[in-house]
Formats: sequence, structure tokens, C-alpha cells
Amino acid sequence: MAEPAPFLMKLAGVSKIYGVGEIAVHALRQVDFDVAPGDYVAIIGSSGSGKSTLMNIIGCLDQPTHGHYLLEGIDVGQLDDFELAYIRNRRIGLVFQSFNLIPRTSVLRNVELPLIYGRKSKTERHERALEAIAAVGLGDRARHVPSELSGGQQQRAAIARAIATDPAIVLADEPTGNLDTVSTRDVLRIFRNLNEAGRTIVMITHESDVAAHAKRVIQVADGRIVRDIRQAPVEGPPPDPDSIVPVDFELVSA
Amino acid sequence: MAVHGLLANRLRSFLTLLGISIGVASVIILVAVGHGSAVSVQKQIEGLGTNLLTVQSGGGLFGRRASTASTFTYMTLKDVTALQDRNVAPDIASVTPVVSASSVTASNGAASVTPDTVDGTTASYAEVRKAPVTEGTFLTATDVKSHARVVVIGTTIAQDLFGGVDPLGQKLKLNGVDYTVEGVLKSKGSNGFQDQDSIVLLPLTTAQDYLVGHTGQLNQILIEATSPSTVSAADSEATSILTPNHSNTDGSAAFTILNQASLLQTTSSSTHTFTVLLAAVAAISLLVGGIGVMNIMLVTVTERTREIGIRKAIGARKADVLGQFMTEAGLLSVLGGVAGVAVGLVGAQFTIVGVQPVLQSYAVFLAFGVGVAVGLFFGIYPANRAASLRPIEALRYE
Repeated sequence: MAEPAPFLMKLAGVSKIYGVGEIAVHALRQVDFDVAPGDYVAIIGSSGSGKSTLMNIIGCLDQPTHGHYLLEGIDVGQLDDFELAYIRNRRIGLVFQSFNLIPRTSVLRNVELPLIYGRKSKTERHERALEAIAAVGLGDRARHVPSELSGGQQQRAAIARAIATDPAIVLADEPTGNLDTVSTRDVLRIFRNLNEAGRTIVMITHESDVAAHAKRVIQVADGRIVRDIRQAPVEGPPPDPDSIVPVDFELVSA
Repeated sequence: MAVHGLLANRLRSFLTLLGISIGVASVIILVAVGHGSAVSVQKQIEGLGTNLLTVQSGGGLFGRRASTASTFTYMTLKDVTALQDRNVAPDIASVTPVVSASSVTASNGAASVTPDTVDGTTASYAEVRKAPVTEGTFLTATDVKSHARVVVIGTTIAQDLFGGVDPLGQKLKLNGVDYTVEGVLKSKGSNGFQDQDSIVLLPLTTAQDYLVGHTGQLNQILIEATSPSTVSAADSEATSILTPNHSNTDGSAAFTILNQASLLQTTSSSTHTFTVLLAAVAAISLLVGGIGVMNIMLVTVTERTREIGIRKAIGARKADVLGQFMTEAGLLSVLGGVAGVAVGLVGAQFTIVGVQPVLQSYAVFLAFGVGVAVGLFFGIYPANRAASLRPIEALRYE
């Protein structure tokens, strides 16, 4: 790290273009924003707004066509495959809409996996995995395989996997998209607890009542940021969703 | 991690393992069968005597020097005496005259049989034709000199005429004349053409007295060379001794000398071809096993593309993914190889279509080595493909 940054991550003039020439699709156009440590950001947008592309770039799964993406002061665009794997492993915890647990493999084993790739010792990874599983309230399900768990439990296992390596950012892509209201509430409560404990969370969603749980809501449409609303200060707890008037993003994207 | 991957997909792992095992086992067993049949043919020929030269009147079917002219002279005892001259023929160890009687009926009371072979000969026959007795004694020089009415019989004759009774000292009739059984020959089994145990041997002189008459004609002269390496020398010595008395009008030899050594060479080269053929068939099955591994690995990788994406998204490096899939392929190949060797070793203990397989250690190592190499090689390609996927592409894969 070159110098201490006031922001945890920063996107500067990030564009993503798929294809070339006439058929080129501009998924992201000149996106600029930064995220402070301890913030809880919801990126909201309808399908095709470019929010998934944004998620892939923030998650180091894809590279921007133009612009820079700085994570903890490091320009991710300059890194090779090996270094990217390291960043994905240590600094980013990914949570997916479809859980993406490894099938026929126990929850414990799934949560241990990033620690195995992080070359942690057997005892350390076991300890940290159990800790993470306990943090999401799955302590009694550690030996179960994903097919034996409900959707909400699977997503909680996925969150445990994401936080096991103690990453700088937990990045969640539509984490409640496949869940019923009860499980959604469970998952959002876990995110709230994690954020209260100081963890930075970036969540992508298309539901405004889910976004109401975040301290900051960024709305994306047609590859651009169209609104950036702070619902609660970075320091302090996330807002009480019932007191927030959900952002009516439909009006803007229409 | 790789073990875990294999256990998570038991059926698929088992099928791959099976492919390699069958390949390895078939190479081991087929090579063993090929070699076993070569050994058994060799043994049969060696059973006739490796140092043996057989002199036959006229041109034989297998003769190297088949006579073309009509001259046909039987070998005689005079030739036997000439061949026994150690000064002229230093490489000839022994000479055994044989007269053959045909259509002789052997009987004991009501039991009666027509032996395939009824030969009159001398004591050295046992040594030259590798025909030792298991019970009693072989014909002796005294038997020959005294025109003794004694016989040595093969096990088939013993069984046919005496059943379970010990034939030693028993009487049997050849064309109505009584003989005493003096010995029973060691069983040789079939040589593929006839039952070698359907044989009756009696002293040369006795055979001339009662069965073939005193014509002085011999059907065969068996010559034993001093050692396997002097067989050709003995062959040429015999040829030069016999030619003056037995030649066609054009001066060529009117007899045939069969050389067991050259016969042995011919057969061993043909059985070698047989072994190579079997090995080729086995190699193909090994290759098919390898392609099976590649297939499974390809399917595995395609099926697990999403899983690879997940792994890469949570920080797996290319080397991690490559390592996992290569270890899986390697483990499958080694386990399959070991199972194949085990099946091969057990399978080679059984007699297969009448052949007792003879295990070849080179085939075991080769099959195992090639099996593992093929499995690894075909495992690397899909593994490399899997490891090179970009996480975003792999994750999108459904």
C-alpha cells in the first residue's frame, strides 16, 4: 500500500464495453465513486442497468475497459492472474444470488475452502471456519451438505465462506434474490450485524426495501450512477429500515 | 481436496477406474496367455528331445531335403553301426533304431485296443525321446539281445487294458502273442495330432521276430547329438555317412533328417507372432481405457465448470485448479492400474482356453506404466482447460 487512503475502494472513470465497433455495448460509462471503510452500500438498479458488471469489476472477476479500480490503494487493473487470485482470496468476500456452494461438500468444508487456497494451516482454517459458521448461526449445520439445507441456510453458509478470510469488503450480488421473506430478513440481519462489527459491505439488489437496510444507496441506470443517497452516517449503526422511505428508483430509470 | 472430489462423484470415479483396470488387466493376461502357449508348444517339442535328429527313409513331409527321384531304400542296422563310429561321427552321442508295426491289436482278456504306435527299439530310446518310465523298468540291452517278450506301455494302454489294476508284471497279447509288461511310460499327453500315451514299445529283436519280420528294414533312426550346440554338426556327419548308401540317381540324399532344433525355432517364432498379436489387442484396450479417462475428465470439467468458477472466485489460482484435476486423474489412473494389476495377477493363475498363462513381469510393469501415463496424459488436457477459464466465464456457465 502506497499511502493510507481515506477510502477502502475507489472507482475512477470506470467504463466497461462489451464487443467492438457498431455492436459495442457500453455496460458502464465513466463510473466514479468511492467507499469508506465501515460503510454499508447498496447498489440498486433494474436489470440491464450495469449493476452486475459493476459487481464483477468490484469483485475482481472482470477488468474495466477504461478507468481505474483501486482497492486499498492498489490499482487492480495492473495485477496479473496470480495476484488477482490473492486479492479475491484475502480481500474480497463474495456472496452470490444462487449461493454457489460446492455441491456434495459439507458446509464446514465449503467455508474452509478459501482458507485452503489462502494456505492456512489445518488447525487455523478449522477454527476460523467454525467461527464464521457460528457467526451466521449455522453452528449445528456445519457437517451438512448444501442439499440438506434450506435456501436461507445455504446463503448463510455462503456468507460464512465470504467472511472466513476476514476480507476488506463483503460483496453481495442479489443475496436475497432467491429467498423468501423470512430468510431475507435473516440474511439482512446478518449483514447488519457484520456491519455493526465494522465490516464494509457492498450489496447489489433491485429491491428498494432491501436497499433500505443500507447506510448509502447508489442507483445505477444505463451504466451511469444516477443517484447517491446517504441514509445514515458511515460511523454508527445502519439505519432502521422502517424509518427510511425506500428510494423509488423506478421513477428515475423510466 | 482431490480425494474429496473423487469421493463426491463415486460412480463416475468408479467407471473411470474400471476403464483403466480392464486395459491393464487385459494386457497382463493376454501377454501371459500368449507366452504360456509359446511355452507349452516349446515344451512339447523339447519333450521329443532337443538334441534329437530323426532319420527317415525317403522324403518326409517336413523334410529339408525331400528326395525327388523314386529311389526308396530303407535304413538298416548297418547304417546304425556306421553312425555309431565315434571316429567318423564325434558329435553323435547315441543311435537308436526304430521299427514300427502297424495295425497291431493289443489285448488283455476281453479288453482290446489298437495302439497308435507300436515300436520296436533299443534301450537308448528312453533317453533320446525323453520317455522315462514312472513304474518298472525300460527295455534293457539284455531284453534286446535275448529277444525277450516284454513291453513298456503308455498310460492310455495301461488304462484301456488293465483299468485300475497295476499293469506291472501282467501279461498282454500283441496280435495273439503273450508279452509281460515291464514298465509304464511317463504320460506326455496329446501333441495335438495324436495321443502320445497310446504307445507300446518292445525290444527291436522281438518286434522283428513277431511283428515286422526280419527284413532288416528300419523305419527311423534316432540320433542324439552330444549337446544342443552340436546338433548341426551331428546332422552333417550323419548325412555324409548315410549318403553313399542311400542316394538317388542324381546323387542327392534319399532320406530325410528332421532337426528338432530348427523345428523349435520355427514354432517359437510363430508363437512369438501370436504373443505380439495378443499384446497389440491388449494395447488397444489399454488405449480405449485411456480415452475413457479423458472422456470422464472432459465431462467432469464441463459439468464442474461452475464449481471451478466458484473456486476461482474465492481465490483458487490456476495452479490450484490444475493441481486438483491432475491429482484426481493421477489417483484414478494409479488406483485403476493397481486394480488392473491385481486382476491380471489373479486372472493369470487360471487356465484359459487350455493354456496355462505364464506371467511376464515386463508386461505387468509396462501395462501399469502405460495405464498410468495414458490416464495422466488424458487428464492433463481437460485439467488445463479447466484451470485456464476466467472466473466470470466459469460462473456464468450453466
